[in-house]
Amino acid sequence: MQIYLPIAEVSVDVFLLLGLGGLVGFLSGLFGIGGGFLMAPFLIFIGIPPAVAVATEANQIVAASVSGALAHWRRKNIDIKMGIVLLVGGLLGSTAGVGLFSFFRSLGQIDLVIALSYVIFLGTIGSLMFAESARAVFRRRHRKTSSRRKLHHHLWVHGLPFKMRFHRSKLYISALLPLGVGFFVGVLAAIMGVGGGFILIPAMIYLIGMPTTVVIGTSLFQIIFVTANVTFLQALHNQTVDIVLALLLLSGGVIGAQLGTRFGAKLQSDELRSLLAVLVLLVCARMVWGLVITPDDLFSLNPVRP
Amino acid sequence: MNSAAMNGVAINGVALGRRFFRRRFFLLLLAIVLCGSGAPALRAEPLVADLSDHLIAITTGFTGAEVLLFGATEGDGDVIVVVRGPEQDLVVRRKESIAGIWVNRHALRFQGVPAYYAAASNRPVEDIVPQEMLLRNEIGAENLRLTAAAATKEDAGNFREALIRRKQARELYGVETGEVAFLSNTLFRTRLFFPATVPVGVYTVKVLLVREKRVVSVQTTPLVIRKTGLEAVVYDFAHAHAAQYGIVAIFLALVAGWLAGIIFRRV
Repeated sequence: MQIYLPIAEVSVDVFLLLGLGGLVGFLSGLFGIGGGFLMAPFLIFIGIPPAVAVATEANQIVAASVSGALAHWRRKNIDIKMGIVLLVGGLLGSTAGVGLFSFFRSLGQIDLVIALSYVIFLGTIGSLMFAESARAVFRRRHRKTSSRRKLHHHLWVHGLPFKMRFHRSKLYISALLPLGVGFFVGVLAAIMGVGGGFILIPAMIYLIGMPTTVVIGTSLFQIIFVTANVTFLQALHNQTVDIVLALLLLSGGVIGAQLGTRFGAKLQSDELRSLLAVLVLLVCARMVWGLVITPDDLFSLNPVRP
Repeated sequence: MNSAAMNGVAINGVALGRRFFRRRFFLLLLAIVLCGSGAPALRAEPLVADLSDHLIAITTGFTGAEVLLFGATEGDGDVIVVVRGPEQDLVVRRKESIAGIWVNRHALRFQGVPAYYAAASNRPVEDIVPQEMLLRNEIGAENLRLTAAAATKEDAGNFREALIRRKQARELYGVETGEVAFLSNTLFRTRLFFPATVPVGVYTVKVLLVREKRVVSVQTTPLVIRKTGLEAVVYDFAHAHAAQYGIVAIFLALVAGWLAGIIFRRV
């Protein structure tokens, strides 16, 4: 059954969108990720204009993060104070990101910027994750007991001024650190149409040094507001948020996420992480492929915005 | 005017005309029907034509549309049909390989480009009118007047060809001239196809009657393509009240996420 999307201005099969939402939802439930980095490339692949795909994806992530964040809220797994500092950075970053998005769009380079961002970040995160989980699987197979990790490592960034105390995370660090991390992830959220969890979570663990129990909840908490900001700004400046598309993806997504969560409980966390790493690297490879193969037509058309 | 009824008249008319009436009388009848009762009924027009629909409504289930153009000529002659969509400004970009990556490098801006273009005729247009007339009347996508400030003539040609090629790939420009079918010496019809990605706006359908390499008569009919129902409401809201639209989008997402959380907690 075909449905005409009012903002994307294309006709797409409803069941394809529901299925896509369900599949990405399943993977996000399985791996505990937002799934934006999978959804946006898929949408572009089935013919949704990239600008609409990225903006609508931000809107969908708002919904996906809310149900997750509520669950963590009930278990008190959110460091609100840390979340708010990250959020301030995130709001500034995503506003700057939407501005950058419009700028690169006017230059005709937005598709390249989106693709390069995906290649760089997915490539880096995917490789690191793969290496780490491979090591963990290897260690487990050989039954070696690893020494207990320190709560967090001290890096030069912890010496910055404006120190703040974060009780829930048991940290006393410079506010500039979470502010900067939030800003950076905000810029990416706007340009790549992602929540940024796949950057934020490693940054919170390894850079800020937060305990893993509060990391996911706090990350979801801040992602809700950052993606809401991106949705609002994209709607305001570019009119590229398609509510109909977002609702269809969402309906498939919530069901898929529940199934994914249940299925994920049966798997080992190291296996899960190496699977996720492979998935991330596959998406990255697909993006690289798109950049280097000779296009069918070297020319492309873009309407001039009035 | 009810287009379905008009269509019926035209089709019944063909059968009736063949059986009972002299062709001339039928033509007059058709002309009266097509032009409405106000037209000077006794002076036969050399060319009359109309569309089965003057409005294409883009609704939720829109997957493209087909419109029937039909009409009649007085006496012999060739018919050429030209359909143009609303004008738009376009940037054509060319990719170049930089360090192994394909990057948009050169760009050329075209102004007043028809968003949609299609042409049809009863036999190859080259046989009907001379080349300069094809250019003057912009018959056939390759004869469209598309101008841009290019650095070199070769560049201008390449970008122009690319524009037409990309439009054709999206089915927005006809690849070749469509076929106008003559049902008798004077009655003709053709089908106009509009894909799902067709832009909204006012289209013009121009019908030319050519006799001995000269345009004897021209008739222009408007065709409106617009979004209706939910599509129109969403689109208009998103553009007219962008800030409120953004807030509604966020609100919907929050409610959907919250509902999903509640429903699945109980399951």
